[in-house]
Amino acid sequence: MLQDKDYKIKVGLAEMLKGGVIMDVTNAEQAKIAEDAGAVAVMALERIPADIRAQGGVARMSDPALIKEIQKAVSIPVMAKVRIGHFAEAQILEALGIDFIDESEVLTPADEEYHIDKHQFKIPFVCGCRDLGEAMRRIAEGAALIRTKGEAGTGNIVEAVRHMRKVQREIKHITTLGDEELVMYAKQTGAPLEIIRYVKENGKLPVPNFAAGGIATPADASLMMQLGAEAVFVGSGIFKSEDPPKRAKAIVMATTHYMDFDLIARVSEGLREPMKGIDVSKLEEEERMATRGW
Amino acid sequence: MKIGVLAVQGDFALHEKTLHALGVETIQVRKPEHLDGCSGLIMPGGESTTFVKLLKEVDLFDALKQFGREKVIFGTCAGLITLAHEIVNYPLETLDLIQIQVARNAYGRQIDSFIDTVQVKTGDTAFEVEGVFIRAPKIVEVGEGTQAIGFRGDEIVMAENEHILVATFHPELTDDTRIHNYFLQKVKQMQ
Repeated sequence: MLQDKDYKIKVGLAEMLKGGVIMDVTNAEQAKIAEDAGAVAVMALERIPADIRAQGGVARMSDPALIKEIQKAVSIPVMAKVRIGHFAEAQILEALGIDFIDESEVLTPADEEYHIDKHQFKIPFVCGCRDLGEAMRRIAEGAALIRTKGEAGTGNIVEAVRHMRKVQREIKHITTLGDEELVMYAKQTGAPLEIIRYVKENGKLPVPNFAAGGIATPADASLMMQLGAEAVFVGSGIFKSEDPPKRAKAIVMATTHYMDFDLIARVSEGLREPMKGIDVSKLEEEERMATRGW
Repeated sequence: MKIGVLAVQGDFALHEKTLHALGVETIQVRKPEHLDGCSGLIMPGGESTTFVKLLKEVDLFDALKQFGREKVIFGTCAGLITLAHEIVNYPLETLDLIQIQVARNAYGRQIDSFIDTVQVKTGDTAFEVEGVFIRAPKIVEVGEGTQAIGFRGDEIVMAENEHILVATFHPELTDDTRIHNYFLQKVKQMQ
């Protein structure tokens, strides 16, 4: 599966996004601001996660008219979200010529048993994970890119840090396993042996691994990159802040120069208010998005 | 010999992996001072709009212009776009180090990305490689002092002048090291 040509083309686009920032946008004007700030891609959606959280109700795929408007406005790749397991939404996005599909826990799940069989699509998929087993199960289903789930729409980095640390810790653990232990590991995690073997031999996932869910400042971006993320998604963090163009540019700079702390200090100056944010420990279990998907 | 790999964004790590497989030392270039001591540079695939913004932010834009007049630069996909004389379908200032006109995303969106065979013909050698084209640009015109050296059917997908080598596809996404090897020979000739 990992050597398949179509899969190589899908992972290829994910490779091109590395070191970059993918920004959530809700209209053509925001998409232009994101592109001008140096975003490598935009995520087109009707409501950003913070508003989905506040307003409640069923969150679904965006209106195709909105997606088309954003596709017209920018030259960088355009992504859009579908509900977990909702393959018909994905088929519609494929028909719209979207560049990447996010099968996302931020929307209300459509199937509580199965995720989408992503091998059936020519468009690459990104999926969220909280640990390595979840990441490898999604890759087995055909995901070409993995991101941490974090806790979207909170402006709080704590869950993204937890998920990234866990994935990295478990990758290190696999590299210490003997070959005879791998089958049992496959049984425990429900991930295929082929992918577990790849991780053992290479010390990394066979697809890029990005951070998402709660990134709100240049320092957050640097933190996630230093913890092993290869790029970052910023959802509510930009357009829920007081000065989106300036903050967007600062987060792009901090992602590229994530080890240059003089530079990050300079771009962090005078950004005005970030999004207010939520203490994740105060969220009720059913308010958590990260626990959606399995 | 040390080769710089532009690391402001994109698949720079894959270029480094290929160079390491060829036993070459690399350095990630994010600021002008990282170019010191480099015999050549690779500009990877990624987003050209992002590249140009980040280059200008830290004065790398002018430093690369100067580097490309003295040393050898190899650009793939977005790297090619950034090195080109002009982009015909998008307003973006480029380094203008090779006389080619390019069209961005010329085949369409991601659904139109593909893998196809590329014929490489340079001087007295000719070989075939697997070309991975991701939201690829097209070279629509090759100007003075520039040679077409890679073809997909009638299409020009690789070109060079004395200092600059460019490809619209991604040799770094395959295990084939021959194109990187050709770049390294070009670097050695310039030393």
